[in-house]
Order: sequence, then C-alpha cells, then structure tokens
Amino acid sequence: MSWNDLKHDRRVLWAGYAAIGIVLAVLPFLVGAGLGNAWLRILNFAMLYIMLALGLNIVVGFAGLLDLGYIAFYAVGAYLYALLASPHFGLHWPVWAILPLGAVVAGGAGALLGAPTLRLRGDYLAIVTLGFGEIIRIFMNNLNAPVNITNGPQGISSIDPFHVGGVTLAKPLSVLGVTVPSLHAYYYLFLLLALVIIFVTIRLEDSRIGRAWVAIREDEIAAKACGINVRNIKLLAFSMGATFGGVAGGLFASFQGFVSPESFGLMESIMVLCMVVLGGMGHIPGVILGGILLTILPEAFRHAAVPLQKYAFGKVVVDPESLRMLLFGLALIAVMLYRPAGLWPSATRKRELQGGSK
Amino acid sequence: MDIFLQQIINGLVLGSIYALVALGYTMVYGILGLINFAHGEVVMIGALTALTVVKLLAGSGLPGPVIALIGLMAAAPVCMAIGYGIEKIAYRPLRKAPRLAPLITAIGVSIVLQNLAMMVWGRSYHSFPAVLPAEAHEVLGATFTDLQVIIVLVAAGMMAGLLLLINRTRLGRAMRATAENPAIAQLMGVNVNHIISLTFVIGSALAAVAGLMVSANYSIAHYYMGFILGLKAFTAAVLGGIGNLAGAMIGGILLGLIESLGAGYIGDITGGFLGSHYQDVFAFFVLILVLVFRPSGLVGEKVAERA
Repeated sequence: MSWNDLKHDRRVLWAGYAAIGIVLAVLPFLVGAGLGNAWLRILNFAMLYIMLALGLNIVVGFAGLLDLGYIAFYAVGAYLYALLASPHFGLHWPVWAILPLGAVVAGGAGALLGAPTLRLRGDYLAIVTLGFGEIIRIFMNNLNAPVNITNGPQGISSIDPFHVGGVTLAKPLSVLGVTVPSLHAYYYLFLLLALVIIFVTIRLEDSRIGRAWVAIREDEIAAKACGINVRNIKLLAFSMGATFGGVAGGLFASFQGFVSPESFGLMESIMVLCMVVLGGMGHIPGVILGGILLTILPEAFRHAAVPLQKYAFGKVVVDPESLRMLLFGLALIAVMLYRPAGLWPSATRKRELQGGSK
Repeated sequence: MDIFLQQIINGLVLGSIYALVALGYTMVYGILGLINFAHGEVVMIGALTALTVVKLLAGSGLPGPVIALIGLMAAAPVCMAIGYGIEKIAYRPLRKAPRLAPLITAIGVSIVLQNLAMMVWGRSYHSFPAVLPAEAHEVLGATFTDLQVIIVLVAAGMMAGLLLLINRTRLGRAMRATAENPAIAQLMGVNVNHIISLTFVIGSALAAVAGLMVSANYSIAHYYMGFILGLKAFTAAVLGGIGNLAGAMIGGILLGLIESLGAGYIGDITGGFLGSHYQDVFAFFVLILVLVFRPSGLVGEKVAERA
C-alpha cells in the first residue's frame, strides 16, 4: 500500500485525526509538567497567534490585499473587552455579550478601513493600513485626557477573567474529578476557538466568497468581468479578517488581565504578517505552521540565548532581545530570497512561483 | 500671530529635512517602482554615526561647522555602503518576483538595521553636542536659530544639486532613461544595474545629510528614530507625487508646515480635547487623504496603478 492509498483510506484518516486530537488534549499537561507554566503561556499565545494569522490570511493570502495594520483590530477587540469588563468604568459585562460585540465592532472597523482604501493596490495599501494601525495606537496612547477613556500608556488592568455563568477560568476548575488549572483551562478554550476559526476558514476557502477572493487576487479586472462585485467582496475580506482579530483580541484581554498600547505596535502587525508569509500565504496548514513556529522559536531562542552566551563567552555579550529580532529579520530576508512561497506553500501558489514571474 | 510665524519657521525646518529623506524614497520609486521601506533606517544610521564622530571631536577645539562636516564625511560613506548593500542583497534578486516579496525583505532589512544599531549604540537616547551655532534671532515675536537657517539652506543646496545632476548630466540622463524604461535604456547602452545601485547610493548620501540635520535639530538621536521619520518622509513623497523629484521637495516642505501648524493649533480647534501629542497623526491623515483623493500626488502625473 503506497502512501497515497493510505492518505485516502478513511480509517487511516480518522486514526490520524484521533491521534492529533489526543496529542492536543494532553499537550498542556505534558508541557506544563515538562517545561513549566511559562511555556504553557507561550502555547496559549501560539493559539491566539494562529487565530490572528488565519484572520490576516483571509485579507493577505486569499484576497491578496497587503495589510500592515492588522493588529489594530486585535487592539479594538482587546480594548473593548477591557473597557466593558474591568473596574476602569466599573462595567462587568458577561463574556457572551462582549466577544460577539468585539467581533462586530472589529468587523465594522475593518470595513471602515477598507472603504477608502479599495482603490489602492499593493504597497500603497500596505502603507495606508500601516498608518491606520499607528493612528489607532496613538489614540489609545493619548485618549486619557481630558476624558479618560483608555487610561493612556498605563493601560487598563484587573480585567475580568473569562467567565461564563458561575464558572471562571481564573481559578482551577474541577471537571469530572480532574482538576484543571487556570492556564490549562485557557488552553482548551483557545484551542476550541482556534479550531472553530480553522473550520470556518477552511469552509470559506472553498465557498463562492473564497473563490471570489482568490479571483480578485489573481486578476481584479477579470474577476469583475466574471460578475464579481469586487468592492463588496474586498470589504468582506477586510471585515471578515478583522472579526477574527477582534475575537482574538477579546480573548487576549481576558487571558492577560491587562492591556496597554504597547502590545499593539507595528512590530506585532509585522509579526502576524510574517506568520502568514513565512508559513505560506493562502495555505491554511502553512499559516498555522507559521503561527506556531514564530511564537515558539523566538521564545525558545530567548531562553537559550543567555545561557549559550554565558557558556561561550563567560558573560552576556549581546542583548538577547535584539539578537532575537536580528535573526528574525535575517530569516525574513532569507525566506523571501530562497523560499518565496513560504515554508509550506499551497500547490497552486508553488506552481505559480515556479512558472515564472507575474 | 506670533505662534503662527513660529510654527511656520519650525515647519520649514522640519519640512526641509523631510524633503531630503523623501528624495531617497522617490528616486528609488521612480526607477524601480518599489518602496524602499528601509530608507528611514539608513537615515537613523547616518544620524548615529555622525553623532558619534561629532561627540569624539567635540572637545578637540576645532570650529563647530568643521566638526559637523567631518561627522558628515564619516556618515555619508557608511550610509552609501548600506544603501548599496540593501539593493544588492534584498532587492536585486527579487526584481522579477511578485511585488510583495521585496516589500517583505525591506521590512526584514529594517529590522536587521534597527537591531544592529541597538547593539552598537544601545537603547538609550544620545544627545548631540552643541557644536553648531545656536544663536537665536527674533523676528516679529518668533525666534529662529542659526542652526535652523543652516539646515534650510543646506537642504535647499542639496536639492538644487540633485536637480542639476538629474537634469543636466550624462548620469542624470541615464537615470531618467532607466526610470522611463529599463529594457530600452539597456539597449541604448545604459548599464541599468549600475544606475540602480547609484540611485540607492545617492539617496543614502542624502539620508546621511538628513540624519545629521535631524539629530542636530532635535539634539538627540536614537536607534528607533528611523521608522517614524521614514514613514513621514514617505508621506511627503506621496503627497508631492511619488517618483517626482520636485514633488518630493514640495511635499516635504508642505508636510512639515502641516504638521507644525496642526500641532500648534489642534488644541484650540478641538477645544483642548486633542493636544499637540497628536502631531504624528497628521502625517498619516494626510497620507490617507492624498492616497484616496489624489493618488498621483500634487504634481505627479503617473497614477499608482501597478498592482
């Protein structure tokens, strides 16, 4: 039986899914016991970044619109959660109301950004979205006077943890006699939502809308000639992507318990973009891989850099943070030069890039 | 009224610095049709190199302008080498790739340059020694310093020189031909690769001058200064019409004026709700407005239609 036959055997397929499911289910306990809670937090962030990367993938990967201000939607979701569920305004709305509201508001912001930029293409769009992201950040930073809305650079703290009914994720949960610590509980929550988002994007990709996005990416004029309403479909891509960002932002605020403008800088936007690009634009498994790699590798590097330098030179010669970013920049250049379709590209994309220039 | 004149003066100084940086963006865009995202970092490297040299010589007893000139002489070759390297490593291999690719390598180059600078110069702010004449003059209630006059004059001189170079010399003609159509220019015997490298080198030399000016003007330099400066200069280039040299100069001056007037008056206009710390927002608003309503810029003729 060849590999191809195996791949199409339903039983093997289900066995594979079951194996992945089991690994995902026990992963937090393995990581928590083996590497400690710091790594469990990183794992949780990896889930958040997967959601973000998949959202951005709709805009950049499917519709081909380069968005460098994507983190603004994450910020909108996070700040909305922070404002509506913290002592800052004395509001404590329930999660089931805030998260959908965050999704809607972020989606609206996405459409709002999309509307004036529809006519722009390529790198112009990139710069405008970058400007938009910076504007949002500057407002978050400064909207503390004369009316204190965002609490300025100090950010908003003591945000309510994720809670539904009487169950809160801030304390260890007891499910069927098993005690699930808070970090683990968040992991399952994020995993669940990441799976939902993965499912939605997979279904979107093969839908009419998904095909319309790809058509616009490939050739806008031809798409228009085929009867696609380019304006609406592009706006939809923007707001759909932004919606995912908004949800992830809300989760981030609930998990972290603290938001400040610092978490939403340009570097974060670039980071998410790199997950999409390095993983493989428009290819969902590639984007997921990108999200995981770019969350875990820099952290692993951060943990390794100081001991390694101490071992090699007897002292810390180079600040690990800047060394990490330096290598990150070099990796970006190298991947673009040698694997422009990303680490795990989709079959179509690979063909395109091999078939010559566009 | 006095604040008005004062803001005009500040705007002119700021604007001439933006204009110099904007020229770097616009020259590259004119020839390659790509945004050299890392240009702001070249300015930053220029500023920090010049500052370091000036600091070393500050106690030597040489006259101030000579020290500044030596600083520039040190910074310019460094910037030119970096500009040359950026083009060679990050852009040349990708000239035929999809448009997203060079933009992403450019972001990569920015990150690398920024962190290299951080390793060399550290995270702290460096102050620029007061070697240049900073005597203040008063006109109609507004003050300006010798330094500001020098900045505006030098910027004007550099721009005039560049215009002469582009419009009057053989090299300039080759550059214009390459911008018009690289393939035909090559057929006419222009070494296109050579011209493109030179464009980057000239742009980087201007960036070194701008770097020295901006650090002297604010008497401060920092490894992170390149990003926002680059973004504003890019806005200036777009405002004037990207790819158009005169446009970059006009756009730079205009953006400087808009910014300083905006920062000066926003408090009054919004009744104190928004203050001058929103200064950075103006550039982005201008950028978005221009791109939406007049993507070809004020004096540009080509519309940004390449996908």
